[in-house]
Amino acid sequence: MILLHTTGRILRQLRHDRRTVAMLVAVPTLLLTLLYYMFDGQGMVFDHLALVMLGVFPFIIMFLITSIAMLRERTTGTLERLLTTPLRKTDLLFGYGLAFGLAAALQAAVASALAYLLLGLDTQGSPGLVIMIAVANAVLGMALGLLASAFAKTEFQAVQFMPVVAIPQLLLCGLFVPREAMAGWLEAVSSALPLTYAVEALQEVGAHTDATGTMWRDFAVVVGAVLVALLAAAATLRRRTP
Amino acid sequence: MTIAIEVADLVVHRGSRPVLHGLTCAIEAGSITGLLGPSGSGKTTLMRAVVGVQVVRSGTVTVLGHPAGHTALRRQIGYLTQAPSVYADLTVRENARYFASLYGLGAADADAAVRDVGLAGAARQLVGDLSGGQRSRASLACAIVSKPKVLILDEPTVGQDPVLRDELWAQFRGLAEAGSTVLVSSHVMDEANRCDRLLLIREGLLIADDTPAAVKAAAGTDDLDQAFLTLIRRREAVPA
Ligand SMILES: Nc1ncnc2c1ncn2[C@@H]1O[C@H](COP(=O)(O)OP(=O)(O)OP(=O)(O)O)[C@@H](O)[C@H]1O
Ligand SMILES: [Mg+2]
Repeated sequence: MILLHTTGRILRQLRHDRRTVAMLVAVPTLLLTLLYYMFDGQGMVFDHLALVMLGVFPFIIMFLITSIAMLRERTTGTLERLLTTPLRKTDLLFGYGLAFGLAAALQAAVASALAYLLLGLDTQGSPGLVIMIAVANAVLGMALGLLASAFAKTEFQAVQFMPVVAIPQLLLCGLFVPREAMAGWLEAVSSALPLTYAVEALQEVGAHTDATGTMWRDFAVVVGAVLVALLAAAATLRRRTP
Repeated sequence: MTIAIEVADLVVHRGSRPVLHGLTCAIEAGSITGLLGPSGSGKTTLMRAVVGVQVVRSGTVTVLGHPAGHTALRRQIGYLTQAPSVYADLTVRENARYFASLYGLGAADADAAVRDVGLAGAARQLVGDLSGGQRSRASLACAIVSKPKVLILDEPTVGQDPVLRDELWAQFRGLAEAGSTVLVSSHVMDEANRCDRLLLIREGLLIADDTPAAVKAAAGTDDLDQAFLTLIRRREAVPA
Protein backbone atom coordinates (compact mmCIF):
# COMPACT_ATOMS: atom_id res chain seq x y z
CA MET A 1 0.00 0.00 0.00
CA ILE A 2 2.76 2.44 1.00
CA LEU A 3 4.47 1.41 -2.23
CA LEU A 4 1.47 2.52 -4.30
CA HIS A 5 1.07 5.76 -2.35
CA THR A 6 4.73 6.48 -2.99
CA THR A 7 4.31 5.76 -6.69
CA GLY A 8 1.32 8.11 -6.72
CA ARG A 9 3.28 10.82 -4.95
CA ILE A 10 6.15 10.64 -7.46
CA LEU A 11 3.73 10.74 -10.41
CA ARG A 12 1.96 13.72 -8.82
CA GLN A 13 5.29 15.52 -8.57
CA LEU A 14 5.88 14.83 -12.26
CA ARG A 15 2.40 16.04 -13.13
CA HIS A 16 3.03 19.41 -11.48
CA ASP A 17 6.08 19.78 -13.70
CA ARG A 18 4.36 20.02 -17.07
CA ARG A 19 7.47 21.02 -18.94
CA THR A 20 9.36 17.92 -17.84
CA VAL A 21 6.48 15.74 -18.97
CA ALA A 22 6.32 17.54 -22.30
CA MET A 23 10.04 17.10 -22.83
CA LEU A 24 9.88 13.48 -21.76
CA VAL A 25 7.46 12.82 -24.58
CA ALA A 26 8.70 15.27 -27.19
CA VAL A 27 12.49 14.98 -27.06
CA PRO A 28 12.81 11.36 -28.25
CA THR A 29 10.34 11.97 -31.07
CA LEU A 30 12.22 15.09 -32.17
CA LEU A 31 15.55 13.28 -32.13
CA LEU A 32 14.10 10.38 -34.10
CA THR A 33 12.78 12.84 -36.67
CA LEU A 34 16.24 14.38 -36.91
CA LEU A 35 17.72 10.93 -37.48
CA TYR A 36 15.13 10.31 -40.18
CA TYR A 37 16.17 13.37 -42.18
CA MET A 38 19.87 12.71 -41.59
CA PHE A 39 19.57 9.31 -43.25
CA ASP A 40 16.98 10.33 -45.84
CA GLY A 41 16.72 7.55 -48.40
CA GLN A 42 18.94 5.16 -46.43
CA GLY A 43 16.09 3.19 -44.85
CA MET A 44 18.34 0.37 -43.61
CA VAL A 45 20.63 2.69 -41.65
CA PHE A 46 17.66 4.54 -40.18
CA ASP A 47 15.99 1.28 -39.14
CA HIS A 48 19.16 0.15 -37.44
CA LEU A 49 19.82 3.39 -35.57
CA ALA A 50 16.24 4.31 -34.71
CA LEU A 51 15.66 0.91 -33.16
CA VAL A 52 18.67 1.24 -30.90
CA MET A 53 17.79 4.86 -30.05
CA LEU A 54 14.31 3.79 -28.94
CA GLY A 55 16.06 1.80 -26.24
CA VAL A 56 18.83 4.25 -25.40
CA PHE A 57 16.77 7.47 -24.93
CA PRO A 58 14.70 6.14 -22.05
CA PHE A 59 17.85 4.80 -20.40
CA ILE A 60 19.63 8.15 -20.45
CA ILE A 61 16.62 10.30 -19.62
CA MET A 62 15.45 8.15 -16.71
CA PHE A 63 18.99 7.99 -15.35
CA LEU A 64 19.17 11.77 -15.27
CA ILE A 65 15.69 12.37 -13.88
CA THR A 66 16.01 9.78 -11.14
CA SER A 67 19.46 10.78 -9.99
CA ILE A 68 18.30 14.38 -9.61
CA ALA A 69 14.99 13.38 -7.97
CA MET A 70 16.76 11.16 -5.46
CA LEU A 71 19.44 13.74 -4.78
CA ARG A 72 16.66 16.21 -3.97
CA GLU A 73 15.15 13.72 -1.54
CA ARG A 74 18.52 13.58 0.17
CA THR A 75 19.34 17.29 0.20
CA THR A 76 15.89 18.59 1.19
CA GLY A 77 15.69 16.17 4.10
CA THR A 78 12.60 14.35 2.84
CA LEU A 79 14.58 11.11 2.61
CA GLU A 80 15.69 11.39 6.23
CA ARG A 81 12.13 12.08 7.26
CA LEU A 82 10.70 9.22 5.19
CA LEU A 83 13.11 6.81 6.83
CA THR A 84 11.70 7.73 10.26
CA THR A 85 8.19 6.71 9.14
CA PRO A 86 6.84 3.18 8.60
CA LEU A 87 7.99 3.35 4.95
CA ARG A 88 10.38 0.56 4.00
CA LYS A 89 13.35 1.16 1.73
CA THR A 90 11.84 -1.13 -0.88
CA ASP A 91 8.63 0.94 -0.86
CA LEU A 92 10.67 3.94 -1.92
CA LEU A 93 12.89 2.17 -4.47
CA PHE A 94 10.09 0.23 -6.12
CA GLY A 95 7.90 3.33 -5.88
CA TYR A 96 10.40 5.11 -8.09
CA GLY A 97 10.65 2.03 -10.29
CA LEU A 98 6.89 1.87 -10.86
CA ALA A 99 6.41 5.60 -11.34
CA PHE A 100 9.26 6.09 -13.77
CA GLY A 101 8.51 2.74 -15.43
CA LEU A 102 5.04 4.08 -16.22
CA ALA A 103 6.46 7.36 -17.48
CA ALA A 104 8.91 5.41 -19.62
CA ALA A 105 6.14 3.26 -21.05
CA LEU A 106 4.31 6.39 -22.15
CA GLN A 107 7.49 7.82 -23.61
CA ALA A 108 8.39 4.62 -25.46
CA ALA A 109 4.85 4.19 -26.78
CA VAL A 110 4.74 7.70 -28.23
CA ALA A 111 8.23 7.48 -29.70
CA SER A 112 7.57 4.05 -31.18
CA ALA A 113 4.23 5.14 -32.63
CA LEU A 114 5.95 8.03 -34.37
CA ALA A 115 8.84 5.86 -35.58
CA TYR A 116 6.64 3.08 -36.97
CA LEU A 117 3.70 5.09 -38.29
CA LEU A 118 5.23 8.32 -39.58
CA LEU A 119 8.91 7.62 -40.10
CA GLY A 120 8.42 4.18 -41.63
CA LEU A 121 10.57 2.26 -39.15
CA ASP A 122 10.64 -1.35 -40.22
CA THR A 123 11.42 -4.25 -37.91
CA GLN A 124 10.82 -7.96 -38.41
CA GLY A 125 9.59 -8.39 -34.83
CA SER A 126 6.67 -6.66 -33.13
CA PRO A 127 6.69 -3.06 -31.85
CA GLY A 128 5.30 -4.42 -28.55
CA LEU A 129 8.63 -6.15 -27.90
CA VAL A 130 10.49 -2.93 -28.72
CA ILE A 131 8.42 -1.04 -26.14
CA MET A 132 8.92 -3.80 -23.60
CA ILE A 133 12.70 -3.62 -23.98
CA ALA A 134 12.62 0.20 -23.95
CA VAL A 135 10.74 0.16 -20.63
CA ALA A 136 13.20 -2.35 -19.14
CA ASN A 137 15.99 -0.03 -20.25
CA ALA A 138 14.28 2.96 -18.68
CA VAL A 139 13.95 1.08 -15.40
CA LEU A 140 17.63 0.14 -15.67
CA GLY A 141 18.52 3.82 -16.13
CA MET A 142 16.33 4.65 -13.14
CA ALA A 143 17.94 2.00 -10.92
CA LEU A 144 21.45 3.15 -11.85
CA GLY A 145 20.36 6.75 -11.27
CA LEU A 146 19.15 5.89 -7.75
CA LEU A 147 22.50 4.27 -7.09
CA ALA A 148 24.56 7.10 -8.60
CA SER A 149 22.72 9.74 -6.55
CA ALA A 150 24.28 8.26 -3.42
CA PHE A 151 27.71 9.29 -4.67
CA ALA A 152 26.75 12.85 -5.57
CA LYS A 153 26.58 15.68 -3.08
CA THR A 154 25.32 18.32 -5.49
CA GLU A 155 23.26 18.44 -8.65
CA PHE A 156 26.39 19.46 -10.58
CA GLN A 157 27.97 16.19 -9.57
CA ALA A 158 24.83 14.20 -10.25
CA VAL A 159 24.49 15.28 -13.88
CA GLN A 160 28.13 14.43 -14.48
CA PHE A 161 27.49 10.82 -13.57
CA MET A 162 25.41 10.59 -16.71
CA PRO A 163 28.38 10.63 -19.12
CA VAL A 164 30.31 8.39 -16.73
CA VAL A 165 27.59 5.75 -16.66
CA ALA A 166 25.95 6.12 -20.05
CA ILE A 167 28.64 7.01 -22.59
CA PRO A 168 30.99 4.05 -22.07
CA GLN A 169 28.00 1.73 -22.29
CA LEU A 170 26.86 3.44 -25.47
CA LEU A 171 30.32 3.32 -27.06
CA LEU A 172 30.87 -0.32 -26.20
CA CYS A 173 27.40 -1.73 -26.88
CA GLY A 174 28.26 -2.73 -30.43
CA LEU A 175 26.57 0.18 -32.13
CA PHE A 176 29.74 1.97 -33.27
CA VAL A 177 32.16 -0.94 -33.51
CA PRO A 178 30.87 -4.50 -33.81
CA ARG A 179 31.70 -6.34 -30.62
CA GLU A 180 33.57 -9.08 -32.52
CA ALA A 181 35.93 -6.42 -33.89
CA MET A 182 36.89 -5.08 -30.44
CA ALA A 183 40.13 -5.91 -28.66
CA GLY A 184 39.64 -8.88 -26.33
CA TRP A 185 39.63 -6.84 -23.13
CA LEU A 186 37.22 -4.28 -24.57
CA GLU A 187 34.85 -7.02 -25.61
CA ALA A 188 35.06 -8.41 -22.08
CA VAL A 189 34.18 -5.00 -20.65
CA SER A 190 31.37 -4.72 -23.14
CA SER A 191 30.01 -8.10 -22.01
CA ALA A 192 29.85 -6.82 -18.45
CA LEU A 193 27.73 -3.76 -19.34
CA PRO A 194 23.95 -4.17 -19.26
CA LEU A 195 23.24 -1.79 -22.16
CA THR A 196 25.09 -4.20 -24.48
CA TYR A 197 22.37 -6.79 -23.83
CA ALA A 198 19.57 -4.28 -24.23
CA VAL A 199 20.91 -3.24 -27.63
CA GLU A 200 21.41 -6.84 -28.72
CA ALA A 201 17.84 -7.64 -27.68
CA LEU A 202 16.55 -4.75 -29.79
CA GLN A 203 18.60 -5.92 -32.76
CA GLU A 204 17.13 -9.39 -32.34
CA VAL A 205 13.65 -7.88 -32.58
CA GLY A 206 14.79 -5.99 -35.68
CA ALA A 207 16.03 -9.14 -37.42
CA HIS A 208 13.57 -11.86 -36.42
CA THR A 209 9.80 -12.14 -36.77
CA ASP A 210 9.38 -14.03 -33.51
CA ALA A 211 10.97 -13.37 -30.13
CA THR A 212 14.21 -15.35 -30.07
CA GLY A 213 15.89 -17.16 -27.19
CA THR A 214 18.77 -14.69 -27.37
CA MET A 215 16.34 -11.81 -27.01
CA TRP A 216 14.75 -13.32 -23.89
CA ARG A 217 18.14 -14.09 -22.42
CA ASP A 218 19.27 -10.50 -23.03
CA PHE A 219 16.04 -9.19 -21.56
CA ALA A 220 16.59 -11.34 -18.47
CA VAL A 221 20.13 -9.95 -18.13
CA VAL A 222 18.75 -6.39 -18.18
CA VAL A 223 16.12 -7.25 -15.55
CA GLY A 224 18.82 -8.93 -13.46
CA ALA A 225 20.98 -5.81 -13.72
CA VAL A 226 18.01 -3.73 -12.53
CA LEU A 227 17.63 -5.91 -9.45
CA VAL A 228 21.35 -5.78 -8.65
CA ALA A 229 21.37 -1.98 -9.03
CA LEU A 230 18.27 -1.66 -6.80
CA LEU A 231 19.81 -3.85 -4.10
CA ALA A 232 22.99 -1.79 -4.23
CA ALA A 233 20.89 1.39 -4.07
CA ALA A 234 19.02 0.02 -1.03
CA ALA A 235 22.36 -0.46 0.68
CA THR A 236 23.16 3.23 0.15
CA LEU A 237 19.94 4.33 1.89
CA ARG A 238 21.19 4.66 5.44
CA ARG A 239 18.71 5.38 8.18
CA ARG A 240 21.48 6.71 10.38
CA THR A 241 23.89 9.30 9.06
CA PRO A 242 26.85 11.02 10.69
CA MET B 1 5.78 9.30 36.38
CA THR B 2 6.62 7.39 33.23
CA ILE B 3 9.78 8.09 31.32
CA ALA B 4 9.23 8.31 27.57
CA ILE B 5 12.73 9.23 26.45
CA GLU B 6 15.85 8.22 28.30
CA VAL B 7 19.30 9.32 27.19
CA ALA B 8 22.31 7.82 28.97
CA ASP B 9 25.96 8.85 28.51
CA LEU B 10 25.33 9.82 24.93
CA VAL B 11 28.47 10.63 22.98
CA VAL B 12 28.11 11.88 19.40
CA HIS B 13 30.83 13.02 17.06
CA ARG B 14 30.04 14.93 13.89
CA GLY B 15 32.73 15.31 11.32
CA SER B 16 35.87 14.93 13.40
CA ARG B 17 34.54 16.95 16.34
CA PRO B 18 32.79 15.71 19.46
CA VAL B 19 29.36 17.37 19.67
CA LEU B 20 27.70 15.63 22.64
CA HIS B 21 29.98 14.49 25.44
CA GLY B 22 28.22 11.91 27.58
CA LEU B 23 24.82 13.55 27.88
CA THR B 24 22.28 12.01 30.25
CA CYS B 25 18.65 13.06 30.70
CA ALA B 26 15.15 11.65 31.05
CA ILE B 27 11.94 13.06 29.63
CA GLU B 28 8.59 12.41 31.19
CA ALA B 29 5.72 11.03 29.11
CA GLY B 30 2.91 13.47 28.34
CA SER B 31 5.04 16.56 28.94
CA ILE B 32 6.43 19.36 26.85
CA THR B 33 10.17 19.69 27.22
CA GLY B 34 12.01 22.68 25.81
CA LEU B 35 15.51 22.17 24.47
CA LEU B 36 17.50 25.39 24.67
CA GLY B 37 21.06 26.32 23.98
CA PRO B 38 23.25 28.54 21.86
CA SER B 39 23.50 27.94 18.14
CA GLY B 40 25.77 24.98 17.48
CA SER B 41 25.41 23.58 20.99
CA GLY B 42 24.02 20.25 19.77
CA LYS B 43 20.23 20.59 20.00
CA THR B 44 19.56 19.22 16.53
CA THR B 45 22.15 16.49 17.09
CA LEU B 46 20.41 15.36 20.29
CA MET B 47 17.03 15.35 18.54
CA ARG B 48 18.44 13.33 15.65
CA ALA B 49 19.76 10.79 18.15
CA VAL B 50 16.32 10.52 19.77
CA VAL B 51 14.67 9.98 16.39
CA GLY B 52 17.34 7.42 15.55
CA VAL B 53 18.84 9.00 12.45
CA GLN B 54 22.12 10.05 14.07
CA VAL B 55 25.15 7.77 14.17
CA VAL B 56 26.19 7.72 17.82
CA ARG B 57 29.60 6.84 19.20
CA SER B 58 28.51 5.47 22.57
CA GLY B 59 25.74 5.63 25.13
CA THR B 60 22.09 4.69 24.75
CA VAL B 61 18.87 6.42 23.77
CA THR B 62 15.67 4.64 24.76
CA VAL B 63 12.30 5.79 23.47
CA LEU B 64 9.09 4.23 24.80
CA GLY B 65 11.14 1.28 25.99
CA HIS B 66 12.81 0.63 22.63
CA PRO B 67 16.24 1.64 21.43
CA ALA B 68 15.95 4.83 19.35
CA GLY B 69 15.29 4.08 15.70
CA HIS B 70 13.63 0.71 16.43
CA THR B 71 11.10 -0.38 13.79
CA ALA B 72 8.29 -0.38 16.35
CA LEU B 73 8.91 3.32 16.98
CA ARG B 74 8.40 4.38 13.39
CA ARG B 75 4.61 4.44 13.79
CA GLN B 76 4.84 6.34 17.05
CA ILE B 77 7.30 9.12 16.40
CA GLY B 78 6.92 12.38 14.52
CA TYR B 79 9.96 14.43 13.56
CA LEU B 80 10.03 18.00 12.33
CA THR B 81 13.47 18.74 10.92
CA GLN B 82 14.93 22.21 11.38
CA ALA B 83 14.86 22.94 7.64
CA PRO B 84 11.39 22.26 6.19
CA SER B 85 11.46 18.80 4.61
CA VAL B 86 8.45 18.65 2.33
CA TYR B 87 8.15 18.28 -1.42
CA ALA B 88 8.29 21.72 -3.01
CA ASP B 89 6.67 20.40 -6.20
CA LEU B 90 3.54 19.15 -4.42
CA THR B 91 0.72 21.15 -2.88
CA VAL B 92 0.39 21.45 0.90
CA ARG B 93 -2.52 19.04 0.83
CA GLU B 94 -0.71 16.50 -1.36
CA ASN B 95 2.25 16.56 1.01
CA ALA B 96 0.07 16.04 4.06
CA ARG B 97 -1.90 13.27 2.35
CA TYR B 98 1.24 11.44 1.32
CA PHE B 99 2.73 11.54 4.82
CA ALA B 100 -0.66 10.51 6.26
CA SER B 101 -0.76 7.54 3.89
CA LEU B 102 2.55 6.27 5.29
CA TYR B 103 0.73 5.70 8.61
CA GLY B 104 -2.31 4.20 6.94
CA LEU B 105 -4.32 7.40 7.49
CA GLY B 106 -6.68 8.97 5.01
CA ALA B 107 -7.41 12.35 3.47
CA ALA B 108 -9.55 13.51 6.42
CA ASP B 109 -6.65 13.24 8.87
CA ALA B 110 -4.34 14.99 6.43
CA ASP B 111 -6.77 17.86 5.90
CA ALA B 112 -7.21 18.20 9.67
CA ALA B 113 -3.44 18.54 10.13
CA VAL B 114 -3.32 21.20 7.42
CA ARG B 115 -6.08 23.09 9.25
CA ASP B 116 -4.31 22.69 12.58
CA VAL B 117 -1.25 24.54 11.33
CA GLY B 118 -3.41 27.29 9.86
CA LEU B 119 -2.83 26.46 6.21
CA ALA B 120 -6.39 25.56 5.20
CA GLY B 121 -6.44 28.59 2.91
CA ALA B 122 -3.21 27.58 1.18
CA ALA B 123 -3.94 23.84 0.98
CA ARG B 124 -4.00 23.86 -2.82
CA GLN B 125 -0.87 25.93 -3.21
CA LEU B 126 2.43 24.36 -4.23
CA VAL B 127 4.82 24.29 -1.28
CA GLY B 128 7.45 25.88 -3.50
CA ASP B 129 5.22 28.95 -3.83
CA LEU B 130 4.70 29.43 -0.08
CA SER B 131 6.33 31.99 2.21
CA GLY B 132 9.09 30.74 4.52
CA GLY B 133 6.84 30.60 7.57
CA GLN B 134 4.08 28.85 5.63
CA ARG B 135 6.54 26.31 4.33
CA SER B 136 7.71 25.38 7.81
CA ARG B 137 4.08 25.00 8.86
CA ALA B 138 3.50 22.69 5.89
CA SER B 139 6.39 20.62 7.19
CA LEU B 140 4.89 20.71 10.70
CA ALA B 141 1.55 19.44 9.37
CA CYS B 142 3.35 16.35 8.04
CA ALA B 143 4.97 15.74 11.44
CA ILE B 144 1.77 15.96 13.49
CA VAL B 145 -0.54 14.26 11.00
CA SER B 146 -0.20 10.87 12.68
CA LYS B 147 -0.73 12.29 16.22
CA PRO B 148 2.46 10.53 17.28
CA LYS B 149 3.17 9.41 20.85
CA VAL B 150 6.55 11.12 20.66
CA LEU B 151 6.87 14.39 18.83
CA ILE B 152 10.30 15.87 18.17
CA LEU B 153 10.06 19.44 16.91
CA ASP B 154 13.21 21.25 15.84
CA GLU B 155 12.43 24.98 15.99
CA PRO B 156 8.80 24.65 14.92
CA THR B 157 7.85 28.30 15.36
CA VAL B 158 10.70 30.06 13.58
CA GLY B 159 9.39 32.75 11.28
CA GLN B 160 5.84 32.67 12.69
CA ASP B 161 3.97 35.70 13.98
CA PRO B 162 2.90 35.92 17.66
CA VAL B 163 -0.71 34.94 16.93
CA LEU B 164 0.31 31.82 15.03
CA ARG B 165 2.95 30.95 17.62
CA ASP B 166 0.27 31.07 20.28
CA GLU B 167 -2.01 28.84 18.24
CA LEU B 168 0.76 26.34 17.51
CA TRP B 169 1.67 26.14 21.18
CA ALA B 170 -1.96 25.49 22.01
CA GLN B 171 -1.76 22.57 19.55
CA PHE B 172 1.38 21.19 21.19
CA ARG B 173 -0.28 21.51 24.60
CA GLY B 174 -3.33 19.70 23.28
CA LEU B 175 -1.19 16.86 21.96
CA ALA B 176 0.66 16.60 25.28
CA GLU B 177 -2.63 16.54 27.18
CA ALA B 178 -3.73 13.69 24.94
CA GLY B 179 -0.62 11.80 26.07
CA SER B 180 2.05 12.72 23.54
CA THR B 181 5.56 13.49 24.72
CA VAL B 182 6.80 16.64 23.05
CA LEU B 183 10.42 17.76 22.75
CA VAL B 184 10.75 21.25 21.27
CA SER B 185 13.89 23.21 20.52
CA SER B 186 13.64 26.95 20.47
CA HIS B 187 15.53 30.19 20.76
CA VAL B 188 12.50 32.13 21.95
CA MET B 189 12.42 32.46 25.73
CA ASP B 190 8.78 33.39 25.85
CA GLU B 191 8.12 29.92 24.44
CA ALA B 192 10.44 28.29 26.94
CA ASN B 193 8.13 29.62 29.67
CA ARG B 194 5.34 27.48 28.26
CA CYS B 195 7.27 24.23 28.68
CA ASP B 196 6.87 21.84 31.59
CA ARG B 197 10.61 21.33 31.75
CA LEU B 198 13.69 22.83 30.18
CA LEU B 199 16.91 21.23 29.05
CA LEU B 200 19.69 23.75 28.65
CA ILE B 201 22.69 22.57 26.70
CA ARG B 202 25.91 24.34 25.98
CA GLU B 203 28.71 22.86 23.88
CA GLY B 204 27.20 19.42 24.19
CA LEU B 205 26.87 19.44 27.98
CA LEU B 206 23.66 19.68 29.97
CA ILE B 207 23.81 22.78 32.18
CA ALA B 208 20.23 22.76 33.44
CA ASP B 209 17.40 20.23 33.54
CA ASP B 210 14.49 21.66 35.48
CA THR B 211 11.14 23.47 35.37
CA PRO B 212 11.23 27.03 33.97
CA ALA B 213 10.50 28.37 37.48
CA ALA B 214 13.39 26.43 39.01
CA VAL B 215 15.77 27.51 36.25
CA LYS B 216 14.86 31.13 36.96
CA ALA B 217 15.26 30.62 40.70
CA ALA B 218 18.67 29.00 40.25
CA ALA B 219 19.84 32.02 38.28
CA GLY B 220 18.26 34.41 40.75
CA THR B 221 16.17 36.28 38.20
CA ASP B 222 12.59 36.44 37.02
CA ASP B 223 13.46 36.75 33.39
CA LEU B 224 14.22 33.54 31.50
CA ASP B 225 16.35 35.36 28.94
CA GLN B 226 18.46 36.71 31.79
CA ALA B 227 18.53 33.33 33.55
CA PHE B 228 19.76 31.71 30.38
CA LEU B 229 22.60 34.23 30.05
CA THR B 230 23.52 33.94 33.71
CA LEU B 231 23.70 30.14 33.61
CA ILE B 232 25.79 30.16 30.46
CA ARG B 233 28.15 32.87 31.73
CA ARG B 234 28.51 31.14 35.08
CA ARG B 235 29.83 28.14 33.21
CA GLU B 236 32.19 30.23 31.17
CA ALA B 237 33.59 31.84 34.30
CA VAL B 238 34.64 28.41 35.59
CA PRO B 239 37.70 27.39 33.58
CA ALA B 240 37.30 23.90 32.20
N1 LIG C 1 26.72 17.23 9.12
C1 LIG C 1 27.61 17.72 9.98
N2 LIG C 1 28.92 17.42 9.86
C2 LIG C 1 29.82 17.90 10.74
N3 LIG C 1 29.51 18.67 11.77
C3 LIG C 1 28.24 19.01 11.95
C4 LIG C 1 27.22 18.55 11.06
N4 LIG C 1 26.05 19.04 11.49
C5 LIG C 1 26.32 19.77 12.57
N5 LIG C 1 27.61 19.76 12.87
C6 LIG C 1 28.27 20.44 14.00
O1 LIG C 1 27.73 19.91 15.19
C7 LIG C 1 27.54 20.94 16.16
C8 LIG C 1 26.12 20.88 16.70
O2 LIG C 1 25.20 21.14 15.65
P1 LIG C 1 23.65 21.15 15.88
O3 LIG C 1 23.03 21.23 14.54
O4 LIG C 1 23.26 20.01 16.73
O5 LIG C 1 23.47 22.53 16.66
P2 LIG C 1 22.12 23.24 17.14
O6 LIG C 1 22.21 23.35 18.61
O7 LIG C 1 20.94 22.55 16.60
O8 LIG C 1 22.30 24.70 16.52
P3 LIG C 1 21.17 25.70 15.91
O9 LIG C 1 20.53 26.38 17.08
O10 LIG C 1 22.00 26.68 15.14
O11 LIG C 1 20.24 24.90 15.10
C9 LIG C 1 27.88 22.25 15.46
O12 LIG C 1 29.14 22.66 15.92
C10 LIG C 1 27.94 21.91 14.00
O13 LIG C 1 28.94 22.66 13.38
MG1 LIG D 1 19.56 23.03 15.22
